[in-house]
Amino acid sequence: MSDIAFVRTEILPQKAPPVAATGFIGWARENLFSGWFNSILTVLSLAVIFSVLSSILPWVFSPTWNGTSLANCREILTAAGSVGEHGTTGACWGVIRERWLQLMFGFYPSELYWRPILTFVMLFVALGPILFTDFVPSKLIWFSGLFPFIAAWLLWGGSIWNPLVALAGFAIGFGVFRYASTALGALAAIILAALVPILWWVFLAGPVASGLSSVIPLELETVQSRNFGGFMLSITIGVTAIICSLPLGIILALGRQSDLLIVKSLCVGFIEFIRGVPLITLLFVASTLLNIFMPPGTNFDIILRVLIMVTLFAAAYMAEVIRGGLAALPKGQYEGADSLGLDYWQAQRLVIMPQALKISIPGIVSTFIGVFKDTTLVSIIALLDPLGLSNAIRADANWNGIVWELYGFIALLFFVFCFSMSRYSMYLERKLTTDHH
Amino acid sequence: MSDLALDRDIDRSKMQVSDEVAIEITNMNKWYGTFHVLRDINLTVNRGERIVIAGPSGSGKSTLIRCINRLEEHQQGKIVVDGTELTSDLKNIDKIRSEVGMCFQHFNLFPHLTILENLTLAPIWVRKTPKKEAIETAMYFLEKVKIPEQADKYPGMLSGGQQQRVAIARSLCMKPRIMLFDEPTSALDPEMIKEVLDTMIELAEEGMTMLCVTHEMGFARQVANRVIFMDQGQIVEQNEPEEFFNNPKSERTKLFLSQILGH
Ligand SMILES: Nc1ncnc2c1ncn2[C@@H]1O[C@H](COP(=O)(O)OP(=O)(O)OP(=O)(O)O)[C@@H](O)[C@H]1O
Ligand SMILES: [Mg+2]
Repeated sequence: MSDIAFVRTEILPQKAPPVAATGFIGWARENLFSGWFNSILTVLSLAVIFSVLSSILPWVFSPTWNGTSLANCREILTAAGSVGEHGTTGACWGVIRERWLQLMFGFYPSELYWRPILTFVMLFVALGPILFTDFVPSKLIWFSGLFPFIAAWLLWGGSIWNPLVALAGFAIGFGVFRYASTALGALAAIILAALVPILWWVFLAGPVASGLSSVIPLELETVQSRNFGGFMLSITIGVTAIICSLPLGIILALGRQSDLLIVKSLCVGFIEFIRGVPLITLLFVASTLLNIFMPPGTNFDIILRVLIMVTLFAAAYMAEVIRGGLAALPKGQYEGADSLGLDYWQAQRLVIMPQALKISIPGIVSTFIGVFKDTTLVSIIALLDPLGLSNAIRADANWNGIVWELYGFIALLFFVFCFSMSRYSMYLERKLTTDHH
Repeated sequence: MSDLALDRDIDRSKMQVSDEVAIEITNMNKWYGTFHVLRDINLTVNRGERIVIAGPSGSGKSTLIRCINRLEEHQQGKIVVDGTELTSDLKNIDKIRSEVGMCFQHFNLFPHLTILENLTLAPIWVRKTPKKEAIETAMYFLEKVKIPEQADKYPGMLSGGQQQRVAIARSLCMKPRIMLFDEPTSALDPEMIKEVLDTMIELAEEGMTMLCVTHEMGFARQVANRVIFMDQGQIVEQNEPEEFFNNPKSERTKLFLSQILGH
């Protein structure tokens, strides 16, 4: 028998993997001090972090919560002895204490604050069944569907019949679609299902709502759009644009791939036009130019106009993100669906879109975050979002010259929202992984 | 390209070719742009036939069987499947597709759905089968391809051979009367090729009408009742397997066979 011949006679049993060095010291040795170069980097980074924190933290923890003006803050700081070479060092948090309600709600009547707060709480209930399908009972999706109407009613007030009549438009559209799709075919049904509700909203909804409310008056105190402001405004615009832009983006992305030349050119034209124009331009159009085209006397709510513009803008970007996801799908997926006899819409809904959207999650969430931050641009057309308000606050004689505290606070709130979205998207991606576990 | 010997006896009792026509292709032509990929194809397939289509790469084999369920559109001639002519009428196309099963080289399973969901998707949405019944059918076919225990896994967790068997089971769940195979074993390791071929043989034993593009000449010899040789978009030769392999008539067939069988 030669030397290299070898036959295994018994199979080795499975062993547990080696236990990694545990505890903080083991962890630090492995990750921070694994070699001289790594150790130097660790020490350097610690030094940088320390110097940054040691200059920021004293500024943050300054005892000025009760300051009533910038000058008053300086007095408090001087009394506390926080004086540096360029005068007092320390944030002036009095401005946040004094104005935080305004930064949250703008000029919304303070006795009605419960309405936006309730809406905000209900927003999370409504998002539950959409975002966390594993934990939240799916029956709640009904509430998610009704939420936009409830929210609009709570925020703006007015007769309860307005949202109900608007809701009826969707019901009418659905009914028309059901009836027409059996009687006239899919394409005609879709067109009719879009057309009839629009006619309803434009011509009939108003009179019907006022008629009904004269019979059964049931209403909340009306709040004008110009009183909206602060984060409430950012969230209203941001959430609406985010929620509406996704389905619109899907439709545009599909339209762009369509074989029908008219549909395709319309979608391409729309996407390219919107993407080629700065959002500010669109907002100016919304705030000024649109009035010129409206028949005189029509009152087209400014927030609604802005909502439409921001949504269209977001949808154009969304469409391109989703198109990227569609392009990344292998052709075999379309063929697999086709060969089983699924029709176009079934294939899209059951096979193509779930995968394309999953691939696009990072891009979609980036777009969402971008949209949410872009809502600050409405300050340019004189809507009082947090940035718009900050200008007003800084124009106040008491707070003239205050910068970091206001913008820091606003930035922190935006960060909380955007960071949550980003974390959620990572959770979702992990959840949807179906390869090897 | 193996001449894999199949180490089992094949039960031929139900392998009967009837007089009923399943697929009829007459004077069919297809172009990709200006490239004439299928030229004047005439082919009649009777119910119960097991046809193997062979030919060099690029000869149009895939294109031909993809025309039968309209994954590719032909420009001239006529294709009639189960008495329904393939035109641009979407209703006809969906009807034919739901009655003609197809297996691809790369399986084309839906990676975001579990095996069971892959199998029940089309029955539920296309056939409107109640969910419970669809699941029963799916489990029946999973047993048949011998992987019922994988029902709740995702395709990405299965081996290639298992995935291809799932793909076959997925087609079978639609109770097709005709099955098309486009190189179902070409992406697989030799060990897995056998398990997929076994599944295909069982299908043949039950009398399924099958069109297979494959390089498995062992399968062709033992299961097919007709072998079709294609080259440059044309059907060059067709015959019973014995005759085809032992006594090829055309020079191109001889050349092809000598290359593929390696002697
Ligand atoms: N979508 C397409 N557009 C243009 N040409 C194509 C397209 N699909 C295939 N072809 C060409 O048509 C010819 C036939 O292709 P087909 O896939 O039918 O060959 P095949 O016989 O299946 O080959 P293989 O054994 O390599 O799979 C090839 O020359 C190929 O390059
Ligand atoms: Mg091929």
